[in-house]
Amino acid sequence: MTKPIKKILIANRGEIACRVIKTARKMGIKTVAVYSDADKNALHVSMADEAIHIGASPASESYLVMDKIMDAIKQSGADAVHPGYGFLSENPVFAEKLKKAGVTFIGPNPHAIVSMGDKITSKKLAQEAGVSCVPGHMGLIDDAEHAVKISNQVGYPVMIKASAGGGGKGMRIAYNDTEAREGFQSSKNEAANSFGDDRIFIEKFVEQPRHIEIQVLGDKHGNVIYLNERECSIQRRNQKVIEEAPSPFLTPQTRKAMGEQSVALAKEVNYDSAGTVEFIVDQDQNFYFLEMNTRLQVEHPVTEMITHIDLVEQMIRSAQGEELKLKQEDVQMDGWAIESRIYAEDPYRNFLPSIGRLRRYRPPAEGARSDGTIVRNDTGVFEGGEISMYYDPMIAKLCTWGEDRGEAIKAMKYALDSFELEGIGHNIPFCAAVMAHDRFERGDISTAFIAEEYPDGFLGVDLGKGHHRHIAAVCAILHDISAHREAQISGSLANHRRHIPDVWAVQVKDDHFTVKLRDAQGGTILAAIDEDSDKATVEIEVMTRWHPGERLARVYIDNKPMVLKIKPRPEGFDVHYRGSDLKVAVRNPRAAQLAKLMPIKLAPDTSNLLLCPMPGVIVKVMVAEGDEVQDGQALAVVEAMKMERWKIRCAQRVNASLPK
Amino acid sequence: MSNIQDKLDARRAQARIGGGQDRIDKQHAKGKLTARERLELLLDPGSFEEFDMFVQHRATDFGMEKSHIAGDGVVTGWGTINGRKVFVFAQDFTVYGGSLSETQAKKICKIQDMAMRNGAPIIGLADSGGARIQEGVASLAGYTDVFKNNIRASGVVPQISVIMGPSAGGAVYSPALTDFIFMVRDSSYMFLTGPDVLKTVTNEIVTAEELGGAKTHTTKSSVADGAFDNDMEAINQIRRLFDFLPLSNTSGSPERPFFDAHDRMDTSLDTIVPDNPNLPYDIKELVLKLADESDFFEIQPEFAKNIITGFMRMEGKTVGVVANQPLVLAGCLDSDASRKAARFVRFCDCFSIPILTLVDVPGFLPGTSQEFGGVIKHGAKLLYAYGEASVPLVTVITRKAYGGAYCVMAPKHLGGDINYAWPSAQIAVMGAKGAVEILHRKDLSDADKTAAHVADYEEKFLSPFRAAERGFIDEVIKPQSTRKRVARAFAMLAEKEIAKPWKKHGNLPL
Repeated sequence: MTKPIKKILIANRGEIACRVIKTARKMGIKTVAVYSDADKNALHVSMADEAIHIGASPASESYLVMDKIMDAIKQSGADAVHPGYGFLSENPVFAEKLKKAGVTFIGPNPHAIVSMGDKITSKKLAQEAGVSCVPGHMGLIDDAEHAVKISNQVGYPVMIKASAGGGGKGMRIAYNDTEAREGFQSSKNEAANSFGDDRIFIEKFVEQPRHIEIQVLGDKHGNVIYLNERECSIQRRNQKVIEEAPSPFLTPQTRKAMGEQSVALAKEVNYDSAGTVEFIVDQDQNFYFLEMNTRLQVEHPVTEMITHIDLVEQMIRSAQGEELKLKQEDVQMDGWAIESRIYAEDPYRNFLPSIGRLRRYRPPAEGARSDGTIVRNDTGVFEGGEISMYYDPMIAKLCTWGEDRGEAIKAMKYALDSFELEGIGHNIPFCAAVMAHDRFERGDISTAFIAEEYPDGFLGVDLGKGHHRHIAAVCAILHDISAHREAQISGSLANHRRHIPDVWAVQVKDDHFTVKLRDAQGGTILAAIDEDSDKATVEIEVMTRWHPGERLARVYIDNKPMVLKIKPRPEGFDVHYRGSDLKVAVRNPRAAQLAKLMPIKLAPDTSNLLLCPMPGVIVKVMVAEGDEVQDGQALAVVEAMKMERWKIRCAQRVNASLPK
Repeated sequence: MSNIQDKLDARRAQARIGGGQDRIDKQHAKGKLTARERLELLLDPGSFEEFDMFVQHRATDFGMEKSHIAGDGVVTGWGTINGRKVFVFAQDFTVYGGSLSETQAKKICKIQDMAMRNGAPIIGLADSGGARIQEGVASLAGYTDVFKNNIRASGVVPQISVIMGPSAGGAVYSPALTDFIFMVRDSSYMFLTGPDVLKTVTNEIVTAEELGGAKTHTTKSSVADGAFDNDMEAINQIRRLFDFLPLSNTSGSPERPFFDAHDRMDTSLDTIVPDNPNLPYDIKELVLKLADESDFFEIQPEFAKNIITGFMRMEGKTVGVVANQPLVLAGCLDSDASRKAARFVRFCDCFSIPILTLVDVPGFLPGTSQEFGGVIKHGAKLLYAYGEASVPLVTVITRKAYGGAYCVMAPKHLGGDINYAWPSAQIAVMGAKGAVEILHRKDLSDADKTAAHVADYEEKFLSPFRAAERGFIDEVIKPQSTRKRVARAFAMLAEKEIAKPWKKHGNLPL
């Protein structure tokens, strides 16, 4: 019955390909990577035992082309395929093709993929299996008037959705008849353009929902268990940013009910691999089935961390026909795990994708830390690698585990602080900001969290005086260490060395501190901090082994660890800490006095310059040479990465010439 | 006795207030520090020793005999920067607008002489309305004495000028003769003829800032080597630069403790050169990754950006860096880049600073503007500078080294001591396409044949191996090991000495 797999081809790229290779290697299975032109030097290519080139950079000419994958299978002699997520992972035609070729698909059977792939079919099946569903109309919507009628039956607000939709595309929310009419039309158009399938249906829209999903695991012998939930409510434009397991919200009863219904649904389609049943949960613990993803989910590591189950290993075992050894009662819920998706997106520029060379990429060390927490980083990139415009902008999945949620959050804050990433814009400051947000810390979240808390976009974090005080003390010490090194330069007059004061004036944003340093026992430094505003002196004990040149300053403040990303300037440091980017000035007291005389310079006005926010293809130019344009008028359409197109608008009325 | 001491204190206090509190306040209102405040920041606290505090002018015309201010518009002396001695003068705008008198010139010349005798650099902070008109030719004579001293000191001790206010007319030539000029944005300007005269003589209407501000001189004229936002930033950066510079032409480079292993491998360098040879990359990333602690002081960062010049350290000791920048003009050499690099190489050679050259150059920039602008002569300056340099020269060819530009960029033949090439190096007379068009002109109409010829040429010449077979490259090295290789090369070359034929001096193509 069982047919051991000897060689797996991973029909994917990036971190998930690397993730699968790690488990395969652990199990003694050979691996084959496939790669496009852009991925020639990618990490998954060097990690695999062999690698096969499958075409040009666009996914539509490589990773999505079944024939090329089939050729690579033949060429490498792989006897199984792991599809990862995205690309061909939920494509029943592909699964069918593999079956015909006698190659094991590490995923569910094609029937399960087909049934769950269609939103309407899956909902019907869910209802039959007794799964709680969102009230709505099970049939397709014929036209706009039909949409209005159904919407009234279901009751506003409603969600108008494309049957083949996903990732927020072809989705509209309507609060009244007019919006329902318009929403139907735009969903239909978008669905036709995006998926070539304009079937539309309508269901109740749950306000303030949480997104909570159940991980299930099945085998070819009819066994299915659930591995508890993940909460993925922190989303931006329907893209998950932070996930955790378990959910801080679910009661044990709700968890059990959701788990059991998920298992029932999985059994309905003879589910025989790892899969995820997504729900929305309202404020009263009512949950509604959303869809089932018949693949390994991006955020699977958090489940692995609290259950100690390797999901990829289980998928491989199920695929080779083994019977599930785990029983439902074996499934643990140990501690708490959080995942931050590190994206190549600039949080200060409305999360615009950013591409380029990773000049510096130093994730925090993986494994157990001295305080008992664990760090895991799933990644597909390396220092010197390239983030190209062709694929998803995710760089890494940084996960932390702790005994409880508080510990996991604390570990995540530290891990984000020590994650060094340069060369491209990235969302580490944003993830750090969420971790420190009191609503998040309380667990009071919903899918609207980001829209509600950052309505004007992300503008950085104001850490407040308490943090600034610590940063001031640390920077004074680092500056002092640097000054002592500078004073050791050769050629100085023997008995007339530079005298270095033990008092430093430190400016962090608008807060001014005077820091007096004193060596204490055991290599620690006592920093007495005075603030200009109030006269109370605060004394803290700092320990560090920092040397000039190190870009991470690891310190202990009153025995608590703290890590700052720093870049030296002649007069202090650029500091990145907890989502805040700070310029910190460290001066001797006299220099601080004179610094007040320096003029404040305003950045030059660039509103009459037109700069494309990121490299991309100009799809359309909407003005002609000599046209007079108005404020906010669209000038051109640019398309880049997986982003939808956006328009470049004019910030100021100008009459300019058009570059050729 | 106590009476005399009181008198001394009083006279000192009088001298320190310069042109008086009103003028000091005016200076501050312009966002400028006073001469004494500037020196206070520039030098280690408490290290300044002032000379000639009580010197006064001797002018008698135009009522000057009635007006005397101690120090006469310039503060001079010596002090230390991180314990190393330096001679300084700072013009005091609060005293007669910092204008240069016969006696002010004498004070400056005294400092210059002492610096040369005692082997320490000179830093001059300029903030002066120009010549003391009331003194007539005596002032001009003073200028010229200072110029002559600048010339004598050139190549003996490093000379740095910081323009922190106006510097007009003859005054500009003292900075122009020094090794480096830095400016403060929005508060300094330099020109020979000011906007007012321009307007009357040529009808040209231009602001002082446009004509001679920091932007003009760092991006267009290349008169200045760098610009900073305010007095304080400028002074801090000068302190930083000072730590890279030798005290004199006999002292050798300074050394300081470093926290960066000489054999640090950097695998990210293996991917810095793109697969497509026509794509650019930022050579500054390589410079920063080779340098101790990523510390690099760039000279002329805003001018001729197709070549990068500046100082870094290797194992704690200063190294001058010259690197083609593929991001700008594909890294081509042109007149501006050649002049910029040549002057930098000359400075390093004067003061025995070893030079690291990073080469990725597709050739000289073609075109009438270049030829009419004398690119032949400007290119020859760089050729001459490298050819005459006797300091340790280490060269790394990262990618292209084509044609005449190869000959210029510190090749073995010109005196390169250790010449390395990365596996991505292409050392040839020109790129494949151009070469095939000349070598196989008759086959040009046949696309297949041409493609075959191109492939053949690429195979033969577009690799480091032809050059390595001839010994023109000492070794082909892996990019990740570049820091280790370069650091070891400089360590080995530290005692390099070469004999030169006797000459009064050469005649470089100025």
